[in-house]
Amino acid sequence: MELQEFVNHFAEQFEETEAAAFTPETIFRDLDEWSSLISLSVIAMVDEEYGIALKGADMREAETIQDLFNIVQAKLA
Amino acid sequence: MGYNPFSLEGKTILVTGAAGGIGRATSIECAKLGATLILTDIREDALRETAALLEQTGRSHQTVLADLTDPAGLSALVETSPQLDGLVCNAGVMRLTPVPFIKEEELLRVQQINLNAPILLTKSLLRKKKINKGGSIVLTASAAGVYRVSLGNAIYATTKCGIDAFMRTVALELGPKGIRCNTVNPGMVETGLIGGFTEEEKQQEMRNYPLGRFAQPQDIALGIAYLLSDASSFVTGTALKIDGGMTLS
Repeated sequence: MELQEFVNHFAEQFEETEAAAFTPETIFRDLDEWSSLISLSVIAMVDEEYGIALKGADMREAETIQDLFNIVQAKLA
Repeated sequence: MGYNPFSLEGKTILVTGAAGGIGRATSIECAKLGATLILTDIREDALRETAALLEQTGRSHQTVLADLTDPAGLSALVETSPQLDGLVCNAGVMRLTPVPFIKEEELLRVQQINLNAPILLTKSLLRKKKINKGGSIVLTASAAGVYRVSLGNAIYATTKCGIDAFMRTVALELGPKGIRCNTVNPGMVETGLIGGFTEEEKQQEMRNYPLGRFAQPQDIALGIAYLLSDASSFVTGTALKIDGGMTLS
């Protein structure tokens, strides 16, 4: 699993936010467009792309996209 | 014993999804109200726990391990079932998936458990004439789909709308035979089904509940018990909301 690819998949769940806003360090809850539906979409994307079922608690634990990437990677190991 | 139109004395009732949540609570309430239960679920250990909880009633109840999405499991359950005065189709699953991410496989699985299994079980029991005149069928629907929809819950809500339509059709068809059919329609209930929500999400959702809390399984079980009892003899084709007022606003 590639970090940049993960960031791109993460960004694909957004409509309005510019691509430049998404880096591993992005604190995603601070993005104006962040919503509960996007949160659900990220969980579904991770399931579809990586075969990992994230829980709400996993989402809450992550602050940045990198954090979430790390959580997914740990589950893949 | 004194006057109690809600008594289930002498009634034999089959409960699906009896291993946990609303199904377990329903089994307990029905047993306390005097019924003899046939408990069924796919989860063996938890089903045995429910059975153990009923032992103190003194009557002997039956457990049947069954996967209701498997035609063989379903027909074995129907064959072993005695004559029934009540059927509670309660087994169900839920998983939140936004519409663009719905997978056909997941759609079919949830439909099989939440919609097809109750329809086929009801059909088979009726066909074999295992539901007595004066009997009551109670299906667990939901506030979801029937009264409101929420983000990510399309599949579940769709199956519950199906249950609502099925319930009304059964009520219409079986009324002349003296068999009633109704649903209970819970909002959020404190069961494993809502285990996917974080504490934070639950607190936020709770603001939509005028009574200030989610349902306990017993709150729903008592509604089901009412619909099974002779107290509801003239009630059929009804969706009974038990949602703490959630759908009011």
